Amino acid sequence: MMEVLTYTFLITFIAMSFRMATPILLGTLGEAFAERSGVLNLGIEGTMLMGASIGFIAALLTGNLWFGILVAAFVGMLMGLLMAFLSVTLGAQQHVAGLGTTFFGTGLSFYLYRLFVAPEGGVPPTITPFRPIEIPGLREIPVLGPTLFTQPALVYLALLLIPITGIIFYRTTFGLNMIATGQDPKAVDTAGINIFRIRYLCLLIAGTLAGVAGAWFSMVQSSQFLPGMTMGRGWVCIALVIFANWSPYRILGGALIFGGVDALQTTLSALGVAFPYRILQMLPYIFTIIILMMVARRATYPAALLKPYRREE
Amino acid sequence: MGFPKFRVEKRPYPSLRTRIQWPVFSILIAMGFGAILIAAAGVNPLVGYYHLFYGALGSAHAISETLWRFTPLLLTGTAVALAFTCKFWNIGAEGQMVIGATVATFFATSFTGMPSWFLIPLVIVPGFLAGALWAAIPAILKAKLGVDDVVTTLLGNWVILYFVAYLVEGPWRDPTSLWPESPAIAEAARFPRLLPGYRLHLGFAIAIFFAILFFFIIKKTLWGTQIKAVGENPRAAGFMGINVVRVLVTVAILSGGIAGIAGVNELCGTHYHMKGLGFFGGTGELSWGYGYAGVFIAMLGGLSPIGVPLAAFFMAIMIQGSRAMYREAKIPSPFYEAMEGIILVCLLVGIFLTYYRIKRVKE
Repeated sequence: MMEVLTYTFLITFIAMSFRMATPILLGTLGEAFAERSGVLNLGIEGTMLMGASIGFIAALLTGNLWFGILVAAFVGMLMGLLMAFLSVTLGAQQHVAGLGTTFFGTGLSFYLYRLFVAPEGGVPPTITPFRPIEIPGLREIPVLGPTLFTQPALVYLALLLIPITGIIFYRTTFGLNMIATGQDPKAVDTAGINIFRIRYLCLLIAGTLAGVAGAWFSMVQSSQFLPGMTMGRGWVCIALVIFANWSPYRILGGALIFGGVDALQTTLSALGVAFPYRILQMLPYIFTIIILMMVARRATYPAALLKPYRREE
Repeated sequence: MGFPKFRVEKRPYPSLRTRIQWPVFSILIAMGFGAILIAAAGVNPLVGYYHLFYGALGSAHAISETLWRFTPLLLTGTAVALAFTCKFWNIGAEGQMVIGATVATFFATSFTGMPSWFLIPLVIVPGFLAGALWAAIPAILKAKLGVDDVVTTLLGNWVILYFVAYLVEGPWRDPTSLWPESPAIAEAARFPRLLPGYRLHLGFAIAIFFAILFFFIIKKTLWGTQIKAVGENPRAAGFMGINVVRVLVTVAILSGGIAGIAGVNELCGTHYHMKGLGFFGGTGELSWGYGYAGVFIAMLGGLSPIGVPLAAFFMAIMIQGSRAMYREAKIPSPFYEAMEGIILVCLLVGIFLTYYRIKRVKE
């Protein structure tokens, strides 16, 4: 077990924690927007898969990774639009609307992937994934240099989004209206603010971020798309937003802890520790359930969450 | 503001005709979108749909195969519908299937010398109990601590899938097999076939039994009334003197148990070996994603004891027919998976139109 404690191991582990935390961070920040405005978005897993699949196809066909990310973001936004139409305009039960959106993304992403780039039985195509960018100057810092400052661009982007989300939530009129909408939509509506527009915008943001999070799986973590490759990470986001009490800064903590557990199981498996790696693979999921149990009692859900809003009623 | 020219008006009591008309329309519209997917694969949609229905219903053999798929789908659909009726959001039927099959594998490979009439109940009952226990945990967490059930039931699938992968790749692995799977279960534990030469087996009768039980519970029992009351409004149900925690946990036990039997059904009726991870993330190689299909079936069937079997049969046609579409016309086989989402989205619009009327407002 001693090789576990070497410097190299530690660097690999910390660097991987940041990487594993990235899609979770993006997805959970998006989910915070949706839920703060009063809509539980269970469509996130399906949205991630759409982003992963369509983004990958776009990158493969054009040979441009950033174009792939852009397409993933756009497709994610469309998925957010679908979720918003079902839950806000039609006022469908949010659980059902979200599950419907996830079914939609999961199935369609797989079909389109088979149709356009990877027919059954063939060799699945691959791309060259994003490479780490070393930040000049900062990369010389011990420990942080080779971990935090030697990362693919999406990692920096996700980290940058935390303060941006924080500012939107707590320092802008939109953010304040959004939080108020999640608490008491009727009062906000009476004040003459268009709550439908706020909820639409929040779900579009949630979808866009989930789409980019999906692209991380097929364009950063690996070099190809696989059906269901998000491996339940979308559902982890829904757990972590509760853990973080809907606060952007606490989301960083939650995502890093999850990323850490995920990285731990991956690096331990790679080291060939005398422990069945299939059991190690269970850890991130068990861990998520445990932290959800720990915080469930003191979670303060947005008061209007799950309640469709209609003027007439 | 948002929608100035139209006004939405509630229909308080939509007629039976309205309630049937819109869901049927939505499926037809979804099939219209499906036609676009088929056309995108370079096939005439009519030809594609012909292969779908002919492949699923065109011969006695095809019908038997469709009913053979219908069996586990009816079980998982019933399991999920029962849970959703009291708003226990059980999307863990996949994991409950797998744990049911796992425990059944233990009994079906350990007690090999037993006669069939003894061994078959000996695998079904533990399979039921395993699924029931696995579903009861999130229900208790939800009822006692307020832990979100969607997340716990779904993540539970991954926990159990990796555990089974560990078993069949490690201690349970059949050394004579080329791929990871358990040794074959005892001959006596295998479900007898109903007709010689067809794959339809005893599980079909078991599934029909649970579908009837679901009908009976919802329509005829006090417990069914309580389940519906908790689903409508748990607080009000509590004020009415209903023990909400008990309803949630008992429903979870029956729901998980039925899903567990779906797993036993696949083990003893189809595969005869316990298998590991499936190709599609989050599914088992034994359960084939039927647990998630159960979620789709429950929603398509409107959680109704009549609607769920119809939806399960429709899904069986889609899965069986998709294989024929791929075989005959090279339409990608995830066609039915894409259709699941499209149908649900169209259905939600249909449900809206059932309960609301859109009126043009003259300015």
